[in-house]
Amino acid sequence: MKDNISVRETIQNNIKNKKNITDKIMPAFFLLMASISVLTTFGIVLTLITDAYRFFIAVPFSEIFSTKLAPLNANPSFGILPLINGTLISTLIAMLVAGPVGLAAAIYLSQFASERVRRTLKPIMEVLAGIPTIVYGFFAYSFVTPLLMKIIPDLGAKNVLSPGIVMGIMIIPLVASLSEDAMNAVPEIMREGALGLGSTRLEVALKVVIPSAISGILASFVLAISRAVGETMIVTIASGSSKNFTFDITQSMQTMTGYIVEFTSGDAATGTTGYYSLYAVGLLLFLFTMVMNLIAQYISHKYREEY
Amino acid sequence: MMDFNTIGQKTFNLSTKGVKKVNTYKIKIDHDRINRRIKLNNISKVVFSLSTVFALIVLAILLYRIGVQSYGWLNFKFLTKNLSIFPEKAGIYGAIIGTVGLMLIVIPVTLVLGVATAIYLEEYATRGKMQAFIKINISNLASVPSVIFGLLGLTVFSRMLNLGSSILAGGLTMSLLVLPIVVVSSQEAIKAVPNFLREASYAMGANKWTTVRKVVLPVAIPGILTGSILALSRAIGETAPLVVLGIPTLILRIPKTIMDDFTALPIQIYYWTLDTVLTAEYANLAAATIVVLLLVLFIMNSFAIVIRNKFQKRF
Repeated sequence: MKDNISVRETIQNNIKNKKNITDKIMPAFFLLMASISVLTTFGIVLTLITDAYRFFIAVPFSEIFSTKLAPLNANPSFGILPLINGTLISTLIAMLVAGPVGLAAAIYLSQFASERVRRTLKPIMEVLAGIPTIVYGFFAYSFVTPLLMKIIPDLGAKNVLSPGIVMGIMIIPLVASLSEDAMNAVPEIMREGALGLGSTRLEVALKVVIPSAISGILASFVLAISRAVGETMIVTIASGSSKNFTFDITQSMQTMTGYIVEFTSGDAATGTTGYYSLYAVGLLLFLFTMVMNLIAQYISHKYREEY
Repeated sequence: MMDFNTIGQKTFNLSTKGVKKVNTYKIKIDHDRINRRIKLNNISKVVFSLSTVFALIVLAILLYRIGVQSYGWLNFKFLTKNLSIFPEKAGIYGAIIGTVGLMLIVIPVTLVLGVATAIYLEEYATRGKMQAFIKINISNLASVPSVIFGLLGLTVFSRMLNLGSSILAGGLTMSLLVLPIVVVSSQEAIKAVPNFLREASYAMGANKWTTVRKVVLPVAIPGILTGSILALSRAIGETAPLVVLGIPTLILRIPKTIMDDFTALPIQIYYWTLDTVLTAEYANLAAATIVVLLLVLFIMNSFAIVIRNKFQKRF
């Protein structure tokens, strides 16, 4: 056993031995791992742009902005308007369901419900959000469509109404939980002040809480729209693949996501214009959701009221 | 004193003692209006609670319908037999193996990449542009539609790296898809580790890596696991990227290696749902597969909740 250990010497030895090595290697390793996520983004942008570019040089712009979409014809035409139309209409239907219902649920949970009710309802909402979209697709096709057919007799077996509604139900938890977070961030003092002046809870919600939380609520709506635009399986299964340009919601329509799924399931051979059109649609979809998310971030940062 | 029961207009005095000049206010109390406001409040409460319950009713109907449709179809034979074009003989053994295979790739890849990224962002990165850039990038990546990840996988993994529609290609695509979830939840878990633990470790002479490995990670591991399980359950249920990769409709061979073609539970549901037009019984098969998928997800989420409640330390 050593009698006298010099602390200073031990520290010096430690510094010389391994401290420098791991403290130099590990940060580099972690940075490398972290850059994979950045690389993924670049990969997405790069693959989309290079292949979409080949589509854009092969197809004139006048054809792209036409309403005729017939990629598999002998004389193919690549008008994107039917896809944009289908996407916007299904998103609109979804938002007509999810917007009011989600906001009402958020108001109820944050203003009216007791703590016990809240603690039971919130996890169940989360379950709804965790169900895979393919299950909702099956539900829309095998339950909601037949149900709607009883109300609207000339509804097609594939139509845009049923997946729109089901998509709305799917994003209710998203709207509800984000809006509720925004409403809960409004200070208790303001709420109690309004209640103390004799307002009913409804008036507190409509005139105090919602105006103060409006940035968060709007952001939740924008995120919900972006979610609905990017949703794939529900619309692919229940809305079908009709490429007609129509505003009739009882008919089948194809969304941008539905087009990508239909075409990659074996229809388009590599190198054809049809194959590259996938990437053009994908690029549009990517840009759209990215812009929506940037808007959501901007709204919630810019108009956030600090208390 | 004013009489609250009288409806209509009333005048009353508010006087302060000791003040010579008596202030007189005229206050109009419109009882009709008050009653109307209270009534409106009560009605809206009912409406709001109904819209909250609406979502739950839909959930109940969905589960009930799927339960009814799968009744009689979900049995041991269904789980152990392989696919067949005849509904009575079809089973999902191959799809289960495919999903398990996917998980075997997604778990290690996302854990290593996700946790390492989180450690970098929380422990090593200086608060600068690089860190902000990676953070913004991850939050944007989390909102990219899953079908886009499918296109990325199709181009990079299937075509460029020539992996085709193998389990490996599918697993890597899924890993990139759920990576942001793992990163963000691991970040939260690491952030929750109190600073005095790190300082105590440094005071004992440990260097950064030792501190991360022996102090930060052990404390953060329940949070990291919870987030990873949630990410994994997302990967199990996700369909679109796999369909885009071009998984063939009917695969009768059970995959043996990660380079084999495969089918997974959600893909099977997709194809069976599409084919109900041809054979009505396929709807029952799809429903039975959904029950299996939801059960797996339920068990995984229960695990996540148990881990969160049992092992998470509060400081």
